[in-house]
Amino acid sequence: MTTTTTRAPAAEAGPAGRRRRRFAGNGLRIYTFLLIGWLLLPIAVMILFGFNDTHGKQNFRWEGFTLRWYAHLLDKEDLTTAVVNSLTIALLSTAITTVLGTLAGLALGRYRFRGKGATNLVLFMAISCPEIVMGASLLSMFVTFNLPRGYLTILVAHVMFSIAFVAVTVRARVVGLDPAVEEAAQDLGAGPFTRFRLVTLPMIMPGVLSGALLAFVLSVDDFVITNFTSGATVTFPLWIYGSTRTGTPPQVNVMGTLIFAVGVVIAVLSARRGLRRR
Amino acid sequence: MTAHEPPATPDPSGGPGAAGGRGAGRGRLAPYLLVLPSGLWLLAFFAVPMVLMASLSLQTGNLIDGFRQTFHWANYSDGFSTYGDKFARSLWYGLLATGACIVLAYPAAYWIAFRGGRNKSTYLFLLLLPYFVSFVLRTVSWKLVLTDNGPVLGPLRDHGLLPDGFHVLDTGWAVVSGLTYNFLPFMVLPIYVALERIDPRVVEAARDLYASRLQSFARVILPLSLPGVFAGVVMTYVPVSADYVNAEVLGGPRNTMIGNVIQSEYFDNSAYPVASALSFSLMAILLLGIFAYARTLGTQDVLEAARR
Amino acid sequence: MNDDHAAPPRGLPRPRRRDVLRMAGAAGAGLALAACGVEGRGGKEKVSSDDVREYWRGKARTGRLSWANWPGYMEDDRATLKAFEKANGVKVTYKEVIQESAPWFGKIQAPLAAGQSIGFDLMVMTNGIQLEKCRRLGYLAPLDHARLKNFAANAGPGFKNPSYDPGNAFTVPYVSGITGIAYNTRYVKEEITSIAQLFDRRYKGRVGMMSDSQELGNFGMFAVGADPEKSTPADWEKAAARLRRQRDDGIVRKYYTQDYIDAVSKGDVWLTMAWSGDAYSLAGPDVEFVVPKEGGTIWTDCMCIPKTAENPVDALALMDWLYDPANNAPLTEFINYITPVPATRPIIARDAAAATGSERKDLERLSSSPLVFPSAADLGRLRHYRSLTQDEEARYQKIFEPIAKGS
Repeated sequence: MTTTTTRAPAAEAGPAGRRRRRFAGNGLRIYTFLLIGWLLLPIAVMILFGFNDTHGKQNFRWEGFTLRWYAHLLDKEDLTTAVVNSLTIALLSTAITTVLGTLAGLALGRYRFRGKGATNLVLFMAISCPEIVMGASLLSMFVTFNLPRGYLTILVAHVMFSIAFVAVTVRARVVGLDPAVEEAAQDLGAGPFTRFRLVTLPMIMPGVLSGALLAFVLSVDDFVITNFTSGATVTFPLWIYGSTRTGTPPQVNVMGTLIFAVGVVIAVLSARRGLRRR
Repeated sequence: MTAHEPPATPDPSGGPGAAGGRGAGRGRLAPYLLVLPSGLWLLAFFAVPMVLMASLSLQTGNLIDGFRQTFHWANYSDGFSTYGDKFARSLWYGLLATGACIVLAYPAAYWIAFRGGRNKSTYLFLLLLPYFVSFVLRTVSWKLVLTDNGPVLGPLRDHGLLPDGFHVLDTGWAVVSGLTYNFLPFMVLPIYVALERIDPRVVEAARDLYASRLQSFARVILPLSLPGVFAGVVMTYVPVSADYVNAEVLGGPRNTMIGNVIQSEYFDNSAYPVASALSFSLMAILLLGIFAYARTLGTQDVLEAARR
Repeated sequence: MNDDHAAPPRGLPRPRRRDVLRMAGAAGAGLALAACGVEGRGGKEKVSSDDVREYWRGKARTGRLSWANWPGYMEDDRATLKAFEKANGVKVTYKEVIQESAPWFGKIQAPLAAGQSIGFDLMVMTNGIQLEKCRRLGYLAPLDHARLKNFAANAGPGFKNPSYDPGNAFTVPYVSGITGIAYNTRYVKEEITSIAQLFDRRYKGRVGMMSDSQELGNFGMFAVGADPEKSTPADWEKAAARLRRQRDDGIVRKYYTQDYIDAVSKGDVWLTMAWSGDAYSLAGPDVEFVVPKEGGTIWTDCMCIPKTAENPVDALALMDWLYDPANNAPLTEFINYITPVPATRPIIARDAAAATGSERKDLERLSSSPLVFPSAADLGRLRHYRSLTQDEEARYQKIFEPIAKGS
């Protein structure tokens, strides 16, 4: 096999080789853009049909442009309630998860302790366990203890499945830190809490923030586990799923579009800020 | 061809080499206190439910008379004999979709990592853009794209380019395409990260040693990026095989996956023991598979990367 | 839209289309006319007036009410609810959380068995297996008919004392509906009149069936010439074999819950099993509904109060309020199902006379529609769900349930 190597460069160096290379490069570029196009196609369809001037209950044939659905965004009370549920659950679970996960991440990133390996394993299990199994096991527990399902059980479940993600994100940040900075603070007489507030927290903040963002996204988007733990409480993904049976109203497209837009803006802003920091 | 040189790239993974309990004289309890709240939460709502599900999976009874622990192992054997084909189909669809993800993601990740130039992050961002839309909504939109008279098949049909009964929606193809669509970023990101980490000097060195482009790819870049691919497989295969939303929304009667069975045993039939046995088996199969996979590849890298 | 002029009484819903409502086929005379009769199913749970008094003692109006219902069973703007809230000073929480009977039962069973609230004071359940279970297990509040004066005065004869709930001890009907065939006229170029057409190879990959085992089983039995109401396990096996063949030949595109509406409107399936009202209130403009000549099935969605309800008196008030024809008419105008209050018919006819344009046409058709106000002869062609004992039910489910699940 190795003998062929000697011949290769000669062929490559010629104009034909360069042309081939440029062709390959362009091919890959075109391919990447096609892939992006494919991924964006359903999103474009979703956004487009939020502007569809549809009459009746079905929204799949283009009938002209309108802003009606933006004006009547909150007309569907059930839908509004579901979106509000999704957002409040996400905020609450993010708050809880961020605190818990950050503490765990700190411990795992900084200390060596008995049971660390086991903790890491549990986190790994919690991340890689199929969602349906987590949902099913929670449901099994609620059934066994006869706990009524609803808002609270959804919240508890969302915190459960996001903790590991936050802990791991923070851990990664903590591991990369220079302990000397904290030691210096200690030498200067800072107590453990001052040290944490003024030195450690600011340093791990990027990790905490991205962990929190992740937790928020996971919660807002979750369907499977929520479906198993929801009882009669409905979140945005559950509402959409239910509405597909009889025809999804354009307001869903509008809500999806708005959430999409907000997400994109936040992502762009935080990326910009990250760049400036560096 | 077999052994390639160990990569010279620094690997800043937070392995056991990282600084331990430095400056922690009095703080012996500190790590335990820090881990405790999360630990308790995971214990109560992750570990305990698993144990209860394991227990429920051996019970007999029905919703109305209640369930009783009888160590009825037949729940497992019955589950497998009745739904073995669904298990097999799930693992097969998982394989197809994961494979499709690799094939689709690799070239794009490669191009962005090596040719993306200054706009790398923009391209990556564009690839991830659809995932700002909720999973369910994305699947529903994909369904709208695939409908018989939708934006893709509609015009083709109108021009008589499709055979009479042809349809994509409600077939296995639709399900696999939906799975691929929904889980692609879990493949793109780790591959991209792995490719991005490759020191360009290593590639240059290969070229200096007269390796052709193809050879330098096959012998240098590809091996170095494999951990990314492995991590991507870990991250896509499990959720893909256990998914039921895609099969429900996009599939027909012959595309039922094991997730659908579990879902309906819980919700339609309230047959909790059988449903528990099936979920437990599913988890066992997938997690054991993943651990075996990681072990065979012999890399801590796989698990380490999967955690990110 | 143009609801500024015209201004129809009591906030009529937006212009919507109700095409030819018709009962297809003329024959069907062979089937007995016992559709509305009372067949002794024997209430296992006998209710005495003491039970009723016992339950309602000390319960009072709270001014709150939480109601679980199916999608498409209330105007989009919830006009009927708002009217009720205004007239009675009750704040209603209305949720479309019921999409299938079995999962709904799975959801409410545990809290009901434990004596906990399910979060709803009023729910609408179909007269099938699950309602029977609720009744038998004592999950439902016995109704106090002293406070259901409108029901006594205005419920149609077919809706009182039904076989599935003798004496309306636990339920009063919300609406009845017919399971028949909906088809998309853009793609189906012939008249659909028969269940046999659902099994026609020409429609390979274009047929939708329902996943509910009772609905699916019924149509399988029609296909093999059996009467579902009087069927035997042998008929079930035969019907199941027929349905399986239909599936394995690739004729069935998919088994649906209520999402056949979406599929038939888009034209992914061309013809499908369907519920009568949906085709008009929910589906797209090209969709037609027919009752096949073999006969469809008629079912009743019933209002009932879970025993653990927190606001049962308000729920009872709503039940009775809906049986005032003036209150029921606007609802019927929207949902297009068979109303249990026949006296709404002249009101709808009057509304039609007062309306203009397409609105008027819609209402005129509605008031004369056999799908909303069926005649005795129409009803005679329809079959009821077969009542199943607990043992029969297990056997029935075992035969029909796997079909839709693909095994």
